[in-house]
Amino acid sequence: MLLTRARTRAEEGLIQLGELTALAGQTIQQAWRGPLERSLLMAQFDQVGVRSISIVVITSAFIGMVLALQTAYSLADFGGKLFVGRVVSLSLVRELAPVLMSLMVGGRVGAGMAAEIGTMKVTEQIDALRALATNPVRKLVVPRVIATTLMFPLLTVISCALGILGGMLIAVANLHVSANYYMRSVVESIAYNDLASGIGKTFFFGFAVGLIACYNGLRTSGGADGVGRATTVTVVSGAITVLIMDFFLTKLFLAVF
Amino acid sequence: MSDALTVDRRIASRDTPDRRQHPRDVFVEFRDVFKAYGPKEVLRGVDLKVYRGEVLVILGGSGTGKSVTLRHVLGLEAPDSGQVLVEDEDITNLPEEELYRVRMKFGMLFQGGALFDSMTVFDNIAFPLREHTEMSEEEIARAVSEKLELVDMAGTEHLMPVDLSGGMKKRVGLARSIVLDPKMILYDEPTTGLDPITAQKINELINNLQAKLNVTSIVVTHDIQSAFSVGDRIAFLDQGVFAWVGSIDAARHADHGMLRDFLKSSAVIAAQPSN
Repeated sequence: MLLTRARTRAEEGLIQLGELTALAGQTIQQAWRGPLERSLLMAQFDQVGVRSISIVVITSAFIGMVLALQTAYSLADFGGKLFVGRVVSLSLVRELAPVLMSLMVGGRVGAGMAAEIGTMKVTEQIDALRALATNPVRKLVVPRVIATTLMFPLLTVISCALGILGGMLIAVANLHVSANYYMRSVVESIAYNDLASGIGKTFFFGFAVGLIACYNGLRTSGGADGVGRATTVTVVSGAITVLIMDFFLTKLFLAVF
Repeated sequence: MSDALTVDRRIASRDTPDRRQHPRDVFVEFRDVFKAYGPKEVLRGVDLKVYRGEVLVILGGSGTGKSVTLRHVLGLEAPDSGQVLVEDEDITNLPEEELYRVRMKFGMLFQGGALFDSMTVFDNIAFPLREHTEMSEEEIARAVSEKLELVDMAGTEHLMPVDLSGGMKKRVGLARSIVLDPKMILYDEPTTGLDPITAQKINELINNLQAKLNVTSIVVTHDIQSAFSVGDRIAFLDQGVFAWVGSIDAARHADHGMLRDFLKSSAVIAAQPSN
């Protein structure tokens, strides 16, 4: 009984993975074939990028501040204050900013996209698009996935900057490290490959989050209950995917750079 | 040729006494169509011909597969086996991209209207024109107001779908479905959920459009009053097959038990006293 259920689950998982891969293929094909609709793209850039700036600013600044406090505390015996700039900046640029930003923004925009497309699905608006001889992937999925793919790296840059500034605030106010010294250690410790690795990963995170949200939206069924389920599944599976991808992409980038 | 001229010419040729005597030219045909969702068999060998120019009403109880049948006409669902033909072209195994060409022949009114809720009434109706024609915004505006007038919704261009009642949504949905001048209009439960007066207005609208646009129509409904008000023929769906197909007049005297029960329930035929 348990074995049968596990097998059914595994089969369903593989089918979903196949469907997701097929949707990724269609999305890339439709985006490549064009033409891309400027107004739809701009609306999604606004939704994904501009409207996420506030949560990125707040969370990143506080992560930078906490990181500075923890670094100074845990390295106190080794003169930790001097390493605050270096630890904060490297941790943020290589790992924390890309991953935490992707989880935060991914949750926000992923849930929104899944709910919006899911509602369109259960109210037959997706069928109406198809009946009007319009490809739903071109109209709905392509602009959203392009927006997440391009906006996640930009938001990561903002996240890194705000995190480093947050760390500086604590370094100067609490730890009595000069701002000049802090910034110099930041600039000296961040190399090109750190930036490439940290920001590079977020192109993949953005693509995955956008795709998963659209996929769950498009396969919604069963009314409001179905929309709620699609939203939850999107947030959970999006977060897990980001964390799993992070491991493999980090390995890849460590090997490449 | 402008849309207005097209419509005028159609209006000139409408309402001929024999408009409901369609030539036996098959527009859509189902051949032994089966469709199941998991263990539930919905269509179990459906055979049906829809003739050009007629209004065919698909009648049946809830959950008997009426809407599923309608979705097969557009290729929104593919049969598990059997064939669906549109103007003699087998669309059963056409890929989605090729189905778009076939779907341009149809306009479909969905049960809830299926208006795009992020767009105004104007943008909803303009959507197919912007997608599939090279019309200027001025021409689009003219076509949109013309179609809105046809469905008695003039002056509502600026409203959002959330501001519309159920009947208004169906009217706007209808305007959107006819804006590309389709050859066939598919109505999915056009009167469901409406009060009797609004439902009657929708029936009149279907009749008016049939007269003005001279199209072929399939109306899916379980509303018998509506069926008798708009239909030329009735196809009664029961247990996954069309159990009875014939003219409206013949339906009144049909000896199919389930159909008779259906008609009695709406007093279309007088209930017989049981012995």
